[in-house]
Amino acid sequence: MAKFMTLAEAVAQNVRDGDTVAMEGFTHLIPFAAGHEVIRQGRKHLTLIRMTPDLIYDQMIGMGCADKLVFSWGGNPGVGSTHRIRDAVENQWPAPLAIEEHSHAAMANAYEAGAANLPFAVLRGYIGVDLPKVNPKIKSVTCPYTGEVLATVPAIRPDVGIIHAGRADREGNVLLEGIVGCQKEVVLASKRTIVTVEEIVEKLDAKSYNSVVLPHWTVGAIAQVPGGAHPSYAQGYYKRDNSFYIAWDKLSREREGFLAWMKENVLDKTPEAFAAHAKRSAA
Amino acid sequence: MADFTPNEMMTIAAARALKNDDVCFVGIGAPSAACNLARLTHAPQITLIYESGTIGTRPNVLPLSIGDGELCETALCTVSVPEMFRYWLQGGRITVGFLGGAQIDKFANINTTVVGPYDKPKVRLPGGGGAPEIATNCGEIFITMAMGKRAFVDKLPFITSMGHGPTGRERRDLKVKSLGPTRLMTDLCVFEPDPETKEMTIVSIHPGVTREQIAENCGWTPRYIDNLPETPAPTALELETLRDIQARTKAAHAA
Repeated sequence: MAKFMTLAEAVAQNVRDGDTVAMEGFTHLIPFAAGHEVIRQGRKHLTLIRMTPDLIYDQMIGMGCADKLVFSWGGNPGVGSTHRIRDAVENQWPAPLAIEEHSHAAMANAYEAGAANLPFAVLRGYIGVDLPKVNPKIKSVTCPYTGEVLATVPAIRPDVGIIHAGRADREGNVLLEGIVGCQKEVVLASKRTIVTVEEIVEKLDAKSYNSVVLPHWTVGAIAQVPGGAHPSYAQGYYKRDNSFYIAWDKLSREREGFLAWMKENVLDKTPEAFAAHAKRSAA
Repeated sequence: MADFTPNEMMTIAAARALKNDDVCFVGIGAPSAACNLARLTHAPQITLIYESGTIGTRPNVLPLSIGDGELCETALCTVSVPEMFRYWLQGGRITVGFLGGAQIDKFANINTTVVGPYDKPKVRLPGGGGAPEIATNCGEIFITMAMGKRAFVDKLPFITSMGHGPTGRERRDLKVKSLGPTRLMTDLCVFEPDPETKEMTIVSIHPGVTREQIAENCGWTPRYIDNLPETPAPTALELETLRDIQARTKAAHAA
């Protein structure tokens, strides 16, 4: 049942050291403010799950929050490497990072299996490639009807699922619009959930009868954090800050520069800092 | 004809490979530029699909990521990521998958995972993303990559997505029905697989490029077809359209 609280309370009540945490948002609606709060509260030994661990996991891994990363594409989209993740994998800095690597199709299917309360997902995938040789969780099953051998991966059932959305109503129903990624699946697959939103409104006012709505009884904590997806974006609110993604390449390249940026912009700040990026488009 | 860069020639050659009735799954970077150039020149009705779930998108500037808002706002519709991979890609609705990569071998297998051992990588690359399933579930695959000895290698340290397999026979052996890589557009030439061996073979050479240049930028000894034609030089319209969209893109992302 949805409960409104501050982001600091939501993270304190729901994210524990050692948890398996999925923070989703496929380029759009990435929960940056929540990630920063997890860093500020000093959570450790997390298993972080995310299809595209871009800047948000670069920051969390660089700050030593994680022991393990489950992912399918790790980079700064259109720009280059996530330098902090690479430093962790290549040089064990600031700590060793175990990785469990999949393809996008497999992870999307695994989230869906989690939401559907199934133990595993099945897909026509991983054919002729090397990932199954290095990831023992990728297995196969023979179709009982056709005999076709299909790839399987275990369902993803995170301890905590964290997403960002445009708005919630006063009851706690949450509306997702635009590129919706796999956030619905993550929320339905997770034991506990945190949703940050741009605004809380009287009526959701969805544009279609078929909008992606998470009913309030599927959602845990809701925290209003305007601008909370920056430098990612919120459709109908503010655009992706592509210039920040480009700038991050330099900001994150060296350990000292990264730590200085994190202190100034994360450790010494509060979620209210994100409000500077918040905007409501005229449309 | 105006001057053009090898990269422009590559993007234009890649764009020409696409047809008006294609349904194309677009990789980010060089493929995205080529696909949108095709849409803005000879293939106005092409359906471009990005893995973020956007179907039939018509961006005015090239996206920096596969999920820029521009893609959603200009799309016919946007579906969830699980639906994209299950119904549309695995469902067999895509005629062409357009990929880039960090490293490629002579059978057009691609590595975007690691250089060096997987457990102790020399260079950790982004990983596969959508590519492993794009490579086998699309009708055929086009690839665009600039040549160089570190990119065009004799043996890949890791196969992220299958081209024609390590020996050229693996698609048949694994009973994969799609065609796999049918064209590889580089900054120096265009490759197509040999009908028998599936080895990527040079079928046209770009204007002003020599075989010595290609040899210097290829980690294996490449084969050529007989009577090798020259790739037609970019037309004024192709060049102008490409430069326009790149200028719009640069201005938009710097803002």
